[in-house]
Amino acid sequence: MTSASTAVPAPPPAPTLPLRVRIAVFIRLLAIQGSWNYEILLGNGIGFCLEPALRGLPGGVHSRAFHEALARESRYFNAHPYLASVAVGALARAELEGADPVRIERFRTALCGPLGSVGDRLVWAGWLPFCSLASLAVFGLGASPIAVVGLFLILYNIGHLGLRIWGLNTGWNHGLKVASALGNPVLRRGPQQIGRLAALATGIAIPLALWRVIGPGRNLLGEVLIAVALGSLLIVRLQNRIAGWRLSLIVLAVVVLLSVIR
Amino acid sequence: MSVIDLVPLALLGGILGLDVVSFPQAMVSRPLVAATLSGALIGEATAGLMLGAALELIALETLPFGASRYPEWGSASVVGGAIYASQTTHPAGAMSMAVVSALATTWVGGWTMVKLRRLNAYWAARKREALEAGARGAVISLQLTGMTADLVRGTVLTAIAYALLAPLAAWCLARWTMDSQLSRAIVVAAAASVAGGAAWKLFHATTGARWFFVSGLAVGLFFLFVR
Repeated sequence: MTSASTAVPAPPPAPTLPLRVRIAVFIRLLAIQGSWNYEILLGNGIGFCLEPALRGLPGGVHSRAFHEALARESRYFNAHPYLASVAVGALARAELEGADPVRIERFRTALCGPLGSVGDRLVWAGWLPFCSLASLAVFGLGASPIAVVGLFLILYNIGHLGLRIWGLNTGWNHGLKVASALGNPVLRRGPQQIGRLAALATGIAIPLALWRVIGPGRNLLGEVLIAVALGSLLIVRLQNRIAGWRLSLIVLAVVVLLSVIR
Repeated sequence: MSVIDLVPLALLGGILGLDVVSFPQAMVSRPLVAATLSGALIGEATAGLMLGAALELIALETLPFGASRYPEWGSASVVGGAIYASQTTHPAGAMSMAVVSALATTWVGGWTMVKLRRLNAYWAARKREALEAGARGAVISLQLTGMTADLVRGTVLTAIAYALLAPLAAWCLARWTMDSQLSRAIVVAAAASVAGGAAWKLFHATTGARWFFVSGLAVGLFFLFVR
């Protein structure tokens, strides 16, 4: 429950963004990282996503206002790719309402950090591992390929597409005042709650998945469980020196060599 | 293996490689999905799923955070899934060879992604004047060029990796001496160790997460023992 002191004030009523334009922007959001690079990061992607909305500026695609807005929006920008939809919605409204370019620039700069860190914690460190581990647990219980893959893709993309749609609508509805909407309980407390669920799923999934994948090696299950406990500890201890996946590649490559040359 | 066999796999690798970053990031590139699809293409979806589960445990450690360099699992899982699924009798060492092949490909894949990002920066620099003038064509073409290059990158990577690693895997399996049970146990122990370490890194700062983990572990072990 939200107390009256922390309640987010209702935004002023938003003008209407035609459905056709909204769909075009949404589809382009799926390709927002298409030209990701180390110079302007997501910058060109933001311009690419906004372009259908900017066509609504007075004079259309041949106007000075369109070119200036597109140039402004295609500059450096960084955010989590899913939560960049918040920025795209807010910037579309700001540009179409003719907001001061200096204010738009300041807004873009201010939004980069929060949209990156919140998205990373919520999606990459929370939702993705949770969906992956929940699907591995179902796999460990003996589910079929269609069930495992279907569960993962449906579960993950409910969150993924839902977040992009929510972001676009929230950005558009709040415009340059969208910062207040970033206090949404899902964004504030979501990473913590999903982290706990993912920890629970980890505990369930690892032994079950291990059991099913090990197949003919089940006679060695006790030894494997001990090796996993020790291996996990080693990987945690070495985390700043070598990544676990590289270490496992080295170990398995040595196993292959020993088995082949012996 | 003929070119006809290689083309569908390479295209699948290209499409799933594209999903990693460029389009649409729906996570069809995760090993659990990608290796299963690859196995299904060979007619052995369950074998692909087995390999995908082992790789997914390892992939938990390498999540696609921002500008960091991370392994590219989409194309690599296609290569690993195809190598494992094509060994229909799953001889001793088949999973070891498939996992090593996938890990080697994912390493190279991560490197190719860095190169692609630099190439995108080069293309953006060449179009700087047009971008600063707000030219619609420049913005759209830069985006489409980047995505096309990523698709080509994944396709070529998958084709080369499979063409090199599938015969190497077959050669190694013909000379494999380690016991089947031990081979599989080592792969699973390595994968689950990475997953355990990854889980600790992700969740150790979350309040109460360790109790949730212990509770989950109790449930997981209970299911194991009642089977």
